[in-house]
Amino acid sequence: MTAHFLSVEGLSKIYPTADGKPGTPVFEDIHFAIERGEFICIIGHSGCGKTTILNVLAGLEEASAGGAIMDDREIDGPSLDRGVVFQGHALMPWMTVLGNVAFATKSRWPDWSKAQIEEHCTTYLEMVGLGHAIHKKPAELSGGMKQRVGIARAFAIEPKMLLLDEPFGALDALTRGTIQDELLKIVRATQQTVFMITHDVDEAILLADKVILMSNGPLAKIAEIVEITMPRDRTRAEMHHDPQFYRIRNHLVDFLVNRSKSYAGSDAAQLHDAKHPPVVRPGLVPDGTPSGDNGGRPVLKQVVNQ
Amino acid sequence: MKTTLTFRAAVLSLFIFAMFIGTWHLATQAPKESAAAQAVNAEYAELMGKGAEKTGGFPSPEKVGSAFVKYLSDPFYDNGPNDKGIGIQVGYSLLRVGTGFLLAMLFALPLGFVIGMSPLMTKALNPFIQILKPISPLAWMPLALYTLKDSEVSGIFVIFICSLWPMLINTAFGVAGVRRDWINVARTLEVNPLRKAFLVILPAAAPTILTGMRISMGIAWIVIVAAEMLVGGTGIGYFVWNEWNNLALPNVIFAITMIGLVGMALDLGFGTLQKFVTYRE
Ligand SMILES: Nc1ncnc2c1ncn2[C@@H]1O[C@H](COP(=O)(O)OP(=O)(O)OP(=O)(O)O)[C@@H](O)[C@H]1O
Ligand SMILES: [Mg+2]
Repeated sequence: MTAHFLSVEGLSKIYPTADGKPGTPVFEDIHFAIERGEFICIIGHSGCGKTTILNVLAGLEEASAGGAIMDDREIDGPSLDRGVVFQGHALMPWMTVLGNVAFATKSRWPDWSKAQIEEHCTTYLEMVGLGHAIHKKPAELSGGMKQRVGIARAFAIEPKMLLLDEPFGALDALTRGTIQDELLKIVRATQQTVFMITHDVDEAILLADKVILMSNGPLAKIAEIVEITMPRDRTRAEMHHDPQFYRIRNHLVDFLVNRSKSYAGSDAAQLHDAKHPPVVRPGLVPDGTPSGDNGGRPVLKQVVNQ
Repeated sequence: MKTTLTFRAAVLSLFIFAMFIGTWHLATQAPKESAAAQAVNAEYAELMGKGAEKTGGFPSPEKVGSAFVKYLSDPFYDNGPNDKGIGIQVGYSLLRVGTGFLLAMLFALPLGFVIGMSPLMTKALNPFIQILKPISPLAWMPLALYTLKDSEVSGIFVIFICSLWPMLINTAFGVAGVRRDWINVARTLEVNPLRKAFLVILPAAAPTILTGMRISMGIAWIVIVAAEMLVGGTGIGYFVWNEWNNLALPNVIFAITMIGLVGMALDLGFGTLQKFVTYRE
């Protein structure tokens, strides 16, 4: 039916209110697709339902309506096909670093020998730069190191898709940068498909192929999908020399600061087609083109799919 | 001069102990020994009203000390039903406590798991637990004696029932409180239920479960003395009762001290176990 690797169709989520009645939907009629090998970031204000969407994709939570299909199979529960990196790292503190990754690996390949598992885990732990710390307990690691173990654990099961919920949210800028670089390297090398939540605009620009922008909840929508048109081999150190960088960045920040709040009543919302949210390429709009005469409509000049 | 806190505390403890023994010694001395003692005794008599002459009946620390020496120098002798070494008596008590406790564990841990995992079971069983929990374990004794028809088994049953609740409640509480994140990790890894129970939930809940076990053991050790006084035959509780009947108060004081020491050792043991399963986050 669909040619996409993953397609989300008509997703909505309603939580019951305190007195048991159904509340206002957090979001409704969400449609988007992810291709194999794509890196998708989703940005939106707190409470718009990003984690809920990720949990539905992970199979940890059920949607109130709609659903998601990955690799021609409907997602109806958690699966080893999708590796999750949790916001709070979620390492088991009674296991060593190696034990944590081995627990995942053993779940994926129950027949492997101990030596085989250990070798496999060590490879992935070395990949995130933790080869020296494999016998430590999580409590002995810094926040950044714990988060890296979480990433190694998710990668070690070699999932078809990786789901990351604000993996670097709790880290300082310096550590965050280092781990972003590591993640980028690994994802490029493994051609991993990734869906990631972030609050950090620069992080999204560095890592993503497409950024999904969500308007504020409740009744959150996908306001638009921003394609990052900068070369894929961009690096954190170099990317801000590219003139596209500031155009994209300004576009994203402008959305977060101004348009996400007022989206519901704006012209863009009138024209909104849930099945085909506007896809925009702010990076390719030459400077000097009026990219916003404060009306909200000019955005549509960049829309490429309508 | 800087000494460690532990050292200073130890010195103070010794001092308090010496004061206690000293006061006890003075209070239990025969009257008319010295002017000082008389003064103390007079004051004491005034405080106690007319009870002063009874102090002669209370054993002096020397007498109790010799009871310690006598019993501890040969703890395992056995001269028939009413005259056994303290080691044997404590052994009987520990055996009963251990058996009852283990049975309670076999029952409480799996049931606690089920209750903790299922909100339905929690709600359904909660009224029963709340009613049964505050019942003094000794109140079960007549029922136990009637149905089980064996004083030995009844003693174990009483230990079983008093160890049950803290373990059951703490296990259920610990299991229900396992961090959602860890459960979700296990779910996304499609971990089978048995592996999940033993590798995720059990270690996560272990500190809480062990706290429950420690509380249970404390209660069981308190209850066993009373139970053995009722049931008789053997054990430290029976020893106390027997020595009371003989009016051998030095032996009673000796037994009381032993009960305290063994109870402390048991608690320390569980404290060590607890450290073993506690994890730092
Ligand atoms: N279990 C729940 N019961 C009721 N409401 C919930 C529940 N979980 C989430 N919500 C509501 O759903 C909305 C979306 O929550 P979600 O966690 O998906 O937000 P988010 O976009 O991830 O926010 P953040 O950026 O702060 O993580 C919130 O308004 C929240 O109050
Ligand atoms: Mg969230």
